[in-house]
Amino acid sequence: MSGGLILEGVHTHIGRYHILQGVDFEAPAGKTTMLLGRNGAGKTTALRTIMGLWRASKGRIALGAKSIERLAASEVARLGVGYAPETMAVFSDLTVKENLALGARSGPLDDSRLAWIFGFFPPLRKFWLSRAGSLSGGQKQMLSIARAIVEPRELLLIDEPTKGLAPAIVGALIACFQEIKATGVTILLVEQNFRVANEVGDEVLVMDNGRIVHRGAMAGLAADEALQNRLLGLSLDSHQ
Amino acid sequence: MTSLDVGAALPRRKTEILPALTPFLVALVAVPLIGSFSTFLTLTAAGLAMGMMIFAMASGLTLVFGMMDVLNFGHGAFVALGAYIAALVLLPLANWTSAQSLALNLAAFALAVVAAALVCGAFGWIFERLIVKPVYGQHLRQILATIGGAIVAEQLLYAVFGPDQIPLPLPATFRGSFVFGEAAVEKYRLLATLVGLAVFGSEMLVLNRTKIGLLIRAGVENREMVEALGYRIDRLFVGVFMAGSALAGLGGAMMALYRGQVHASIGAEFLVLCFIVIIIGGLGSVGGSFVASILVALIANYAGFLAPKLALVSNILAMVVVLLWRPRGLYPVSGR
Repeated sequence: MSGGLILEGVHTHIGRYHILQGVDFEAPAGKTTMLLGRNGAGKTTALRTIMGLWRASKGRIALGAKSIERLAASEVARLGVGYAPETMAVFSDLTVKENLALGARSGPLDDSRLAWIFGFFPPLRKFWLSRAGSLSGGQKQMLSIARAIVEPRELLLIDEPTKGLAPAIVGALIACFQEIKATGVTILLVEQNFRVANEVGDEVLVMDNGRIVHRGAMAGLAADEALQNRLLGLSLDSHQ
Repeated sequence: MTSLDVGAALPRRKTEILPALTPFLVALVAVPLIGSFSTFLTLTAAGLAMGMMIFAMASGLTLVFGMMDVLNFGHGAFVALGAYIAALVLLPLANWTSAQSLALNLAAFALAVVAAALVCGAFGWIFERLIVKPVYGQHLRQILATIGGAIVAEQLLYAVFGPDQIPLPLPATFRGSFVFGEAAVEKYRLLATLVGLAVFGSEMLVLNRTKIGLLIRAGVENREMVEALGYRIDRLFVGVFMAGSALAGLGGAMMALYRGQVHASIGAEFLVLCFIVIIIGGLGSVGGSFVASILVALIANYAGFLAPKLALVSNILAMVVVLLWRPRGLYPVSGR
């Protein structure tokens, strides 16, 4: 396992908009770090910048000892970074099998790894040869995450996986994240659902206006209702 | 391959059949209008051959547009270049092409189309690096740059080969027709149909049975995600552009033989038709382009016989009707 993910003074501009305005944080190796914040705070931009899909205009991004801020997305992925975007971005015209085959860049699909994934995402086995476009929203999200973990990764970047999903599917995703955590992979997870964040997260970062405004233990934030209200405008109770 | 290939398929991919049947439906409608079955057979065989040649040219364009989001108005230049390369190969091989030997004639033909494809593929690499790469993601500039590139390429062809048409006779055994009852079907048209089918089969095989094909299909839908999975999309782009150019060259070579002459304007002439075909087929869809090519060619042939004045606009009318029925084409690609 390499070291964790480190961002130092990262700025990102999209066109004339200055989205990330000096983001500093560390996602410790082997831990799950939750990235929370209101809509428009810059969470998705942070993930896309780490992934190399948007170029940081300033600052340093490091995975372990290696700086990655100048690398293309394909090179970042080759370092062992898996990415499940907010839009899920499954390939609708391809089957479930073909989507996962693309995720397995270094070789053929591994049966034991697939069996592990099917353990928490049974619909993917059922619809193995179905077009991904015909899956439900929850199943597409399962496929998106499964594609990100179909090979062992050093770091997983997951963007709002539970958005708009039914509670039963959210439960399946929580179980999935617990399983992935147990493998020791570093996870940076953007999430709006505080219950999910509390059940899965070890550490928490809160973003606002393109900056990190809070960092600490997830348990600490969950226990401090006043802090939740100040940072996020919500309390855990209202989301349980 | 994984053991999950066996027994876990529920439910399978569903393919829409009706769009693929449109050429048959058009043919069915044409039979009573044409009246004579032998004439219908001749027109249909000619339409199929023409459709296959158009498909060879258009399938490259649809892949380039579908995957790279590049409006390549320079595609016609590769059609014209392919035609000239075929002439360059075949004219010195006059001994082979004039011999009454099917083997020698086929060898000369194969050399010509393969050379046309290879040379156009190589020039495609140069065109992509010099003209297309600087304007990725900028449609207006793409149009201007690729039209400019096409004009330069056409003028270069004139400069190198001269402004006159170059006669390109068919190899001896491809001349004449097979007669089925009262219907005459030109031998070369049958050959063109077979080559077109082989091209289509090869493309479908590559797209559906190889990892490269999988990447191309995925890239047509979402380039960014392909890159985020660790694949060098820029290399894939170059490969697809070269393949598209090679296919245009192959189609140009076949079309030059079909017409019996080579001229630099052949590229511009077929470019509009190629765009009509890829729009009817569904942008980025090779299967859709295949069906659309046959549909467009059949309609043009039938209209040319039944109402010659309508023939000139039949392709546009066909496009309008198809788009009214299916606004994203016969086989739309997701994400397009």
